[in-house]
Amino acid sequence: MRRFSYSRPATLDEACHSAEHTRFLAGGTNLIDLMKSDVERPAHVADLKALGMHHIDEQPDGGLRLGALATNADTAAHPLVADRYPLLASAILAGASPQIRNVATNGGNLNQRTRCHYFYDPDMPCNKRSPGTGCSARGGRNRIMAILGTSDACIATFPSDMCVALAALKATVNLTGPEGERSVPIRDYHRLPGETPWRDNILRPGEIVTSIDLPPASFGPHHTYLKIRDRLSFAFAIVSAAIGLQIEDGIIRHGRIALGGVGTKPWCVPAAEALLEGKPPSHSLFRDVAERLLQGAMPDRDNAAKLRLAPRVIERALWQASAGTPQSQTDKTIR
Amino acid sequence: MNVISTNIGQSVSRIDGFAKVTGQAKYAAEPHPPGLLYGVIVNSPIARGQIAALRDTEARKIPGVVEIMTHRNRPHTALFEKSYVDGLGVPGSPYRPLHDAEIRFNGQPVAIVFAETFEAAREAAMLVEVDYERWPHNADFEAALHQKYMPSKTRSNYVPPKSRGNAPEAYALSPVKVEGRYHLAPEHHNPMEMHATTVIVEDDGTFTVWDKTQGPQSVQAYLTSALSLSGDKVRVHNPYVGGAFGSGLRAQYNVFLAALGAKMLKRSVRVTLTRPQMFTHVFRPEAVMDIALGASPDGTLQSMIVEGVTDTSRFEHNMENIVVWGLINYKCPNATAGYTIAPRDTYTSSDMRAPGATTGVNFFEMAIDEIAYACNMDPLTFRLNNYSDTDAMHDMPLTSKALREAMVQGAQHFGWHDRPMAPGSIRDGNELIGWGMATGIWDAMFSPTSARARLTADGRLHIATAASDIGTGTYTILAQTASEAFSTPIDRIDIELGDSTLPECPTEGGSWTAASAGAAVWLACQILREKLFKALAKGKNIPAWVKQGLEQDNLTLEDGILHGMNENQKIVLSFQDALSLIGQDALEVEETAKPGLRGTISQMRKARFTHSAVFCEVRVDQELGIVRITRLVNAVAAGRIMNPKTAASQVRGAMVMAAGMALHEESLMDERVGRFMNHNFAEYHIPAHADIPDMDVLFVEEKDSEISPLGVKGVGEIGMCGTAAAIANAIFHATGHRHRNLPISPGS
Ligand SMILES: Cc1cc2nc3c(=O)[nH]c(=O)nc-3n(C[C@H](O)[C@H](O)[C@H](O)COP(=O)(O)OP(=O)(O)OC[C@H]3O[C@@H](n4cnc5c(N)ncnc54)[C@H](O)[C@@H]3O)c2cc1C
Ligand code: SF4
Repeated sequence: MRRFSYSRPATLDEACHSAEHTRFLAGGTNLIDLMKSDVERPAHVADLKALGMHHIDEQPDGGLRLGALATNADTAAHPLVADRYPLLASAILAGASPQIRNVATNGGNLNQRTRCHYFYDPDMPCNKRSPGTGCSARGGRNRIMAILGTSDACIATFPSDMCVALAALKATVNLTGPEGERSVPIRDYHRLPGETPWRDNILRPGEIVTSIDLPPASFGPHHTYLKIRDRLSFAFAIVSAAIGLQIEDGIIRHGRIALGGVGTKPWCVPAAEALLEGKPPSHSLFRDVAERLLQGAMPDRDNAAKLRLAPRVIERALWQASAGTPQSQTDKTIR
Repeated sequence: MNVISTNIGQSVSRIDGFAKVTGQAKYAAEPHPPGLLYGVIVNSPIARGQIAALRDTEARKIPGVVEIMTHRNRPHTALFEKSYVDGLGVPGSPYRPLHDAEIRFNGQPVAIVFAETFEAAREAAMLVEVDYERWPHNADFEAALHQKYMPSKTRSNYVPPKSRGNAPEAYALSPVKVEGRYHLAPEHHNPMEMHATTVIVEDDGTFTVWDKTQGPQSVQAYLTSALSLSGDKVRVHNPYVGGAFGSGLRAQYNVFLAALGAKMLKRSVRVTLTRPQMFTHVFRPEAVMDIALGASPDGTLQSMIVEGVTDTSRFEHNMENIVVWGLINYKCPNATAGYTIAPRDTYTSSDMRAPGATTGVNFFEMAIDEIAYACNMDPLTFRLNNYSDTDAMHDMPLTSKALREAMVQGAQHFGWHDRPMAPGSIRDGNELIGWGMATGIWDAMFSPTSARARLTADGRLHIATAASDIGTGTYTILAQTASEAFSTPIDRIDIELGDSTLPECPTEGGSWTAASAGAAVWLACQILREKLFKALAKGKNIPAWVKQGLEQDNLTLEDGILHGMNENQKIVLSFQDALSLIGQDALEVEETAKPGLRGTISQMRKARFTHSAVFCEVRVDQELGIVRITRLVNAVAAGRIMNPKTAASQVRGAMVMAAGMALHEESLMDERVGRFMNHNFAEYHIPAHADIPDMDVLFVEEKDSEISPLGVKGVGEIGMCGTAAAIANAIFHATGHRHRNLPISPGS
């Protein structure tokens, strides 16, 4: 770890106007790891913990506002989240370990960095960590890397589970920065790597995530978060799917799907979601939806297995959601 | 009386448990001598080449940095390469840290920063800049296979395969045949405690070294030899070791560099490795095994042909016994095996828990399952059919082999007889259920070992030997042994281990410690008892009843007290009183146990193995490639079990590791640079709790008076052998698919 200065701003305004090369510290489960590994080298660390922002409040429109500093554990266990947004609670509980979720925050989860082996190893070239050095994952050990949304410059996944559910729920991210406040739909928050893989998201310098808004609509029992990984807990997704369906009289009115583990960001394809509308659940429909979701997928050396697994995960998750039998995160039997 | 002596064979909780959970047990990175310097190592990012330039100006500007040691400024070390050979004795040219500018493997130390604080050392290490001249390298196992060879000098424990009959011909003639290539990914030991060394420079200039090792005396010998220090200048401690699994068999570069730094700076030094650095030294070799089995339709094995290759470095010839196990364990008239090693530009692979057998037994047992199915025979019946009561490869009798009993009892416990033969025949929802079994075999070794027993005026019994407790429960079983041998309650016994100055004990490994150190302690206690009785017999002011008891041979030692009769009255004498009557502060003996306790039994005439039978149930969501192990039963025949509780926990621990081998663990080599890339616990997946079911361990009765003086075989490694195969075989039974590459991960 390199030398850095530290402050604990008392107000949002003060935090937004932190010095250049500042990193914001929330739970630290990702940032501190990366600093120890010499991947993140901030000159200044501004600790957000004095800023409040840990509440979970009901909104006038019936939605929910999740404070950026609420921990993942508190969020998943909150009665309003557990009752109304079980999809989100489930996705959070599918991630990391209880110890990490007790410390990790919602804002931190949104802004965590990739788990690409090469990004984590300062001895290796990596465009995301050191722009212009090249992408070691291409042609390397890339079993965990993305097959969708990749570019020549980077094929890293965005590893969060929680954000996959947020994308399915069409949440909104609220930001405060030196230039004021703005709100961004979650699906537009994370960026494709393109030519600038070092920018994970649309956050501008000094901008802070203050909260995440969940819209009032929820999916009743017709939802699921299905996560496939290398062991039954405490591993990042190889493929995951967050699904919510509105079903009336056996007909899907509308559906929301987001994929994790396969894309460089939580992967959503509105055209695939549109395929569901007005149709009853069926194998052929779900196969078409999966195909549409995965259109353009490009595996590299080691990750072709994701291409084989992903359609099966999507189809199984669609069946779980249609049947109203969401995947349990404690009983590891896949329904 | 409520304190009673504890016998061998009782389930006793670890006597060091309290010290461990309360943090009183000190590990290698924990001593904190005044003026301690912290060393942080800079590792090479290339696999082969040389250091062209090294700049440390920026690093030296960090306040607190004391020295940056490289091959250029390091102090003098031993001149000859052979002085760097460590206790494991791998043939070749041992790696010499910071010896010169040449790079032989990715992760090789190129510099070490010493600073007043760990933080300063780490920051400075990040600022050391090194330019390399890159030379071509090969780190790809497949490519290395083209260069496979047999070294002219083999490792001392290498067992050359011995052919019998005419296997190729018999194979060609066999009506039933199976053939396959098996592959094991490299794995890293990854004990919880990372390798670390603290070198304390004492006032008189001697070094007290705390190292994470399985052999304090071996590290002591290595350091004095490699660093040209005189033997009495170095003392090595390892009273507690947070797991090692074989990674502590060799002196790793941290201990060399810490001692070299202490020599250079004449200050105490601590060097700890990071988890990523744990992926820069030893690992279980990647392996391929070609197995061809021929049988007659009635399920009689006719031919076994095994070819195996494991990897090694370019500079040392590491070898494993992977191909011999099936030839030893199965009756079959025709058998042959071949073994070579494949060199690549990495650090030298090394022994990891049940080295050789973990790879070879599991693959062979997967092949046995396959041929049993080809004969349309229940895999358990097939094994019983081809059971060998001897070491079939050497045609030698065995000291014991209760494998048949293990198979039968394990099967009974598991409920094997209810198993439908056809694969894919049990379904529950989306899951297919499968039952698989395999047998295990591992060496039952014994090494001459010394121990000291000392009775002191406070009535306590002190036992000392240079054995290491690497988390296995050695403290506890030695206390039990002493308790029984000296008829003294366990809480009046002190066990001292992990110190190079203690009586000689070989490096902990190969599951021989329980048998060997146990025998040494037993013998020492017996001799101490004799010595006590002799002293009482010779002493002056000894009460008549004691003398009489000695003469009439009815003076007994029970629960730490001497019992006798005085005019038809029971009478007792404490150790304290006994010693004061003799007029001594303490009585002490040091003894060396050899095979047959006093050296009468030859180890050469009979073969010596531990056996097991493993049964496994899996549930497989075939569509999604998810495997869940739902039941594991291991029936182990390991001679006399000293402590069922610690023994079962050894076996269970190995079964967890074997589950990792079967389903999760794989070190991902990026052959373009020669580095294992998933070098952290987030991406190197050992099983999590959710992956492991309740496991049942049964110990099958096996009386073996020849194996070792106490009839003990050792249980540290047997749990690795067969478990992964049982899991793979269960997956076959569930799905009908043979997976010959381990680990079997989702999507494979
Ligand atoms: C071993 C391990 C396994 C894990 N497994 C999973 C898993 O399976 N699934 C999963 O989803 N996650 C997993 N995680 C990741 C974990 O969820 C994240 O580390 C955590 O959510 C980050 O939250 P934090 O509060 O600790 O963030 P920090 O580490 O404090 O911050 C992370 C980043 O976010 C920025 N940041 C934090 N808060 C804000 C804010 N309010 N505004 C702007 N920027 C902000 C920081 O500057 C930093 O760049 C795992 C982590 C570990 C260590
Ligand atoms: S995939 Fe992205 S993060 Fe990984 S090495 Fe390439 S550029 Fe870096």
